[in-house]
Parts: sequence; C-alpha cells; structure tokens
Amino acid sequence: MNVAAVTASRATTQSLRTGGNKDRNVASLVFLCALWFSLFFGVAVLVVLIVDTAIAGAGRFDANLFTNYESTVRKGETGFRAGILGSLWLMMSTALLAIPLGIASAVYLEEFADSRAWYNKFVEVNLQNLAAVPSIIYGMLAAAIMTILGYTYQGIVLGGAIALALLILPVIIISTREALRAVPQEIRHGSLALGATVWQTTWRQVLPSAVPGIATGTILGLSRAIGEAAPLIMIGVATVRFDPAWLTDKVAALPVQIYNLASAPQEELQQAASAAIILLLLMILGMNALAILIRNKFQRNW
Amino acid sequence: MTIHSPTSTTDEILDVTDRTEAVNNGDASDLARTAPRGPVMETRDLNVFYGDFHAVHDVNLSFGRHEITALIGPSGCGKSTVLRSLNRMNDLVAGAKVQGSVTYHGEDIYGPKVDPITVRQHIGMVFQKPNPFPKSIYDNIAYGPRVTGMKVTDMDAVVEDALRGAALWDEVKDKLKSPAYGLSGGQQQRLCIARTIATRPDVILMDEPCSALDPIATARIEDLMSELKTEFTIIIVTHNMQQASRVSDRTAFFTARPDETTGNRTGLLVEFNRTQDIFEAPADPRTEAYITGRFG
Repeated sequence: MNVAAVTASRATTQSLRTGGNKDRNVASLVFLCALWFSLFFGVAVLVVLIVDTAIAGAGRFDANLFTNYESTVRKGETGFRAGILGSLWLMMSTALLAIPLGIASAVYLEEFADSRAWYNKFVEVNLQNLAAVPSIIYGMLAAAIMTILGYTYQGIVLGGAIALALLILPVIIISTREALRAVPQEIRHGSLALGATVWQTTWRQVLPSAVPGIATGTILGLSRAIGEAAPLIMIGVATVRFDPAWLTDKVAALPVQIYNLASAPQEELQQAASAAIILLLLMILGMNALAILIRNKFQRNW
Repeated sequence: MTIHSPTSTTDEILDVTDRTEAVNNGDASDLARTAPRGPVMETRDLNVFYGDFHAVHDVNLSFGRHEITALIGPSGCGKSTVLRSLNRMNDLVAGAKVQGSVTYHGEDIYGPKVDPITVRQHIGMVFQKPNPFPKSIYDNIAYGPRVTGMKVTDMDAVVEDALRGAALWDEVKDKLKSPAYGLSGGQQQRLCIARTIATRPDVILMDEPCSALDPIATARIEDLMSELKTEFTIIIVTHNMQQASRVSDRTAFFTARPDETTGNRTGLLVEFNRTQDIFEAPADPRTEAYITGRFG
C-alpha cells in the first residue's frame, strides 16, 4: 500500500475532532487528585508547624533573645547569646575542618583515583553508607576522637566541630564529586593536550569551574550541621553563660539550647525556645537561599 | 598481514626527496617507500587495545615534516585511535594498551623514561568539538605557555602571534578579555588551534576539526591548515574525503575487519600514499570502493 492510500483511509475513518480528551478520564483525574493531596499534605504540615511556632515565639523575638545569656531566674528575658555565638563558632570551625578534607577527598576520587582498584571501590561504597549514618553516631565517634586527643571534657568548640565535620563530610564529598563530574571531559582533555599535568588541569581548570557547585553543596551541608543537636548532646555540649573565645572553650549551641528549653516546664522558657526556633529556621533558610543564589548566578551551561 | 604496501614510481620518490630536502636524513623505510625521508613521526606495527578489544592492528605510517597527512576511512576503523596514540592521549582511556612503537624524531614516545606530558608539549592536539576553556580569549591562549613553563617575556606578543597564526586576530583583537564562549563555533575552533600553536609544538594532531562547523567555517580552517603547514607538521583525521583531497599531501586509508570469532571490528591500514595517488589511482580495491562512495 502506498503512503497516499494510508493517509486517505485514516482521514475518512477518523476525524481529529472527537470532542473528548483522553488525558481527562476519571482514572487520570483521581490520580492527579492523589498527587495534589500528597503535595498538600506535606506543605500543610510544614505551614502549620511554622505558623504555630511563629505565634508561640513572636512575643519573645526581641533584642533580649540575642543579647542575654540563658536565665532560669528572669525567665521572661532569657536569651540565646551563648547558643548563637556558640553555633557561629561551631559553624566556622566545622567549615574549616570539613571543607578542605571534603574537597580534597572528592578531587582524589574523581580526578586521580583508579576507579577499578578495590580500595577505591571500598571507599566509594562506604562513602554512600556514611551519608546515611544517624547523626548521633558521629557524636560518639567525635567523643572517641576527643578522648584520644586527651580532652576529658568534650563539650568544647573543637569537640562539636569534629562531630559536625564528620557528619557533613560525606555530604561535601558527594556534592563536590557531582560538581567535578559536571565539568566536561573536553576541558580536561584540552588542557592535557597542551602539555599540562593532571595536577595543573585539576587546579587551574576543573576546580575553578566546579566552585559554584562545590559552594552550593558545602553551604547545604553546613545548614544541615547548624540544626543538629543530637551529636552535640552526645559529646556533652551544654548551656554556658559566656562567649566562646577559642577552640578549647566550652560552648553552647542553638539547637541544644532549644532542646533543653522546649522540654522545660516553664511556659516562658518554652516561649523563648519557640522564638529561638524562628531564629534557627531563618538562619537555615538564609543559608539555603545563599546556596540557591550561588547556583543560579554561577551555574554554567556547557 | 593484510596491509597493502603500495609501490611507487621513481618520479614520486624524486618528488618526495625534493620536498623534504631540508630535512635531516633518516633511515629509509622499507615499509612505506612512498613515505617522506626523515619523517617527524613514525609508527611501527602499532596495535592498540582497549581491554580485550583489539582496536587497531599493525599500523605502519610515517609523517613527513611540513606535510599534512590525512587519516580517512569509515566509522570504527580506528583512525581516531591511531591519532590519539600519537601524543599519548589514549593513555587517558582506562584499559588502553599500545603495542609496537611510535617514534618521534626516532625516539619511542612509549619508551620507559618518556613523560607523556612532555610528549604532548611537542605534539599538540585539536579536538572534534571546539573546547575552549571557560576563560577569556587571552587566558585561553596564555594557558598553555603558562602551564608548560615556557620562558615568556611578553605574553601579549605570544597571544597576538598565536591568534594571528590562527587567522583570528582581526576578529578578536578588541575583545581579548571577553569570554571565549562568546565566539562562534568556527572562531572557537580557530581559538583552539591558536591555543595549540601558542605552545610551539612540532606536530599538530587534528581529530575531525571541522565536523562540528558549517561550510564557511570549514573553508577557513582548511585555508588555515595550508598556512600552518609551513611551520608545523599536521596530521588530521577526517570523515570528509573532499577535505582530505583538498588539504592533505598524504593520505592513509583505514578500514575495519570483523574478527571471525568475536565479531569485534579491528581497524587496519589499507593504503598509505600521496593523496593524489590515493584519489586518482588507488592501488587497493577497498580504497577505490571507499573513495568512489561504493562503501562506507
């Protein structure tokens, strides 16, 4: 049968204007509703939580929250100064520990490692596992490291930073590897063909191109770390009433303080905890927004 | 051995001798008598494997100074593999293994004390897809001299020379600091050529340099190749037979032969001769079939 005959027979037997829409039958609509409901459920829970917290904490979201230390005597004016400064110290030292280690590990695995060697495969598998390890385990690990380092009291900046750095190391490594993998192979080949070494190629071409991706992943990792309480409680981070000034100072952390106050029987303290939750959420949202901003501004389409 | 060693007339040999007069004396090769005397590069019984896969079988070629040698043949015939083994870019492919020898001025580039980095500084490469670095036009050119530790007193002059050499200077001289990605495809490819000649290589390998370009850009690159050959030795892989016949002095025709047991196709050299002879009087029926369009 020739083409013309086929076209003709189809045109006479079936008009394009059937009046219906196969995409709008009952099953499709039910399925679509189910999808909408799932989405609505997740969003609704989140909104209720945030609104509830905001209402509960709005009254205490004042200057005292930032400037005062925790007080069980003047409950209405208790503050999170130690927790806020402590969290900032922890973030900074965590970043200093985790970022170089994480990026270096990822660069080794992506650019230098022979992916067929058994030891590299072993690292590969364990990296995926590490990312799924509960955070409290990292607290125990950090406690063990601090014991080896000879610190009997471990609730110090260094202890918290080690725990949080271990926690986010897999996140940083994995996101850095993604960023490195997104750099096209042609760039590496172009550089190597000019007589550059693998080291020069990595340092001068691949890493600069991957910086936006690495920054995004790192900030997301840090924003996970800043909200963690469990590993910090594990190594004994408690409430203090002074500003940390060095790595070996005792430290408080915002999430730990929130945890302590939210379970307190006094209503004023619970209210303060809600206010601190708002602050913590804002910090995390700010960091995530920064990550998205970096990604959108510097994202390169190869 | 299925490689066809074409015989040649005395006239041709004389012609070759004339053209390579200025070249230092090398050993006359029995394997390719039509090849130039004192070749810059030679392959002897070159075999390339990717793991268990035998990609190229017993390739014997020699590349004359200031000549353009074209490697042609159907897809999968191993011509790109041969090209990449000439500056050890094949080393980057996991599981790649080379047997036989590839010599550069008589020195085996796969020798035990040879650094592939040094090899690539002498034997540059231009790729199929233009691959400028995500940097400025200026930095694209300056990158090679910087990383290879060339002693450069005036980088601006190096950049200008390279861009002039690649016939790109007039188009970009006012925007050297703007990103290379803003250039058109053809300009990007000429930038990649400029980037390569900035490191002053001896040999330039080109892997289908025009296959991603439109006819006008292709014509410019072809003109450029003819100019570049006065300074460099060029080896080009091309799918385009007209291109090979237009630009090259010598042509090597490859084809692929399926293995009787595995069915894997192994590339082999069929005929290597002066381009004019390959296209006007091919000695092997397979060459003739290919260039007349009856095969491949």
